[in-house]
Amino acid sequence: MSAIVDYKNVLERIGEKFGAKVHSPEEPYGMLTLKTDKDSIIPLLQFLRDDVELQFIFLTDICAVHFPDKAEKFEVVYHIHSFMHNLRIRIKVALSGEPKIPTAINIFKGANWMERETYDFYGVIFEGHPNLKRILNVDEMTIFPMRKEYPLEDNTRLDKDDKMFGRINVNREN
Amino acid sequence: MALDINTPQAKIVAPPLGVGGPGYYATSFDKAIGLAKQFSIWPLPFATSCCGIEFMATMGPNYDLSRFGAERLSFSPRQADLLMVMGTIAKKMGPVLKQVYEQMAEPRWVIAVGACASSGGIFDTYSVLQGIDQIIPVDVYVPGCPPRPEQIIDGFMRIQDLVHNESQRRRNSPEYKALLESYGIR
Repeated sequence: MSAIVDYKNVLERIGEKFGAKVHSPEEPYGMLTLKTDKDSIIPLLQFLRDDVELQFIFLTDICAVHFPDKAEKFEVVYHIHSFMHNLRIRIKVALSGEPKIPTAINIFKGANWMERETYDFYGVIFEGHPNLKRILNVDEMTIFPMRKEYPLEDNTRLDKDDKMFGRINVNREN
Repeated sequence: MALDINTPQAKIVAPPLGVGGPGYYATSFDKAIGLAKQFSIWPLPFATSCCGIEFMATMGPNYDLSRFGAERLSFSPRQADLLMVMGTIAKKMGPVLKQVYEQMAEPRWVIAVGACASSGGIFDTYSVLQGIDQIIPVDVYVPGCPPRPEQIIDGFMRIQDLVHNESQRRRNSPEYKALLESYGIR
């Protein structure tokens, strides 16, 4: 079998192929985290999956983060797993302006529902997705509930007096 | 002293109000039917979370809901008399619950067991229905998170009181029709 692969080898292989397009490696809590841009994410995933040595063949999750105060308001996060070497990598893509990113369905079939979920909660548009509609929330929902501009609390409730919760100055939609 | 087998040792249930004498007993249909129906309620458990676990204990031999005539759970809404909603109802589950309610035949009663079914409970959030009374009328609310089996039985006995005492014609009253109308049912 092939030699043991660790994060150092992974970084070297990615560096050879992508250079400065993949940057800022970190290891928070012992998990390699990389950053890239939306033009490089699909080739990067393709490379990591198809490389005979690395074999990151499993997409664990796709999710997003909302940073309302940053210029790049949304960040899409990919988690991939190499069963062969028992390694996991986190890849972050920051999006400025309209949150749009190409779909990863052509690399991982399982990305379909993950991207729908991310769209459902954050409104990130995955370009090229065949069926980008809500998956978990009710179809009638008009908001993307995990975005920070929307209140977490249900706004159909009429029995809650903000005074009782010590938040007289908090603006709520209702 | 020999046991007197002709005298009942325990009073099972009090007779309805009426006039009796040797060999006859006169009462109204309403009262006699209410008395009978009270002890033959078929509940439909709609259990979605932890309150459902408490209900399983309530049905089990320790607490034994069948003592109250609810021996037979109806897992089809068509034959059920009482819809027992136990657990968090997400907004996506709302239309399903309403459809189950609509499939039940009159007369029908609804009991909301636990904080979530009654008011949304701790789940004051965009995805959870803030009480099932937003979509279907509720007869009895049982508080608790989750309520003890004794509380569920107490709620069930309040339903029995309703079944016993309400007019057989209540379901035809304009108030009841207006109530259903306000929920957009039929």
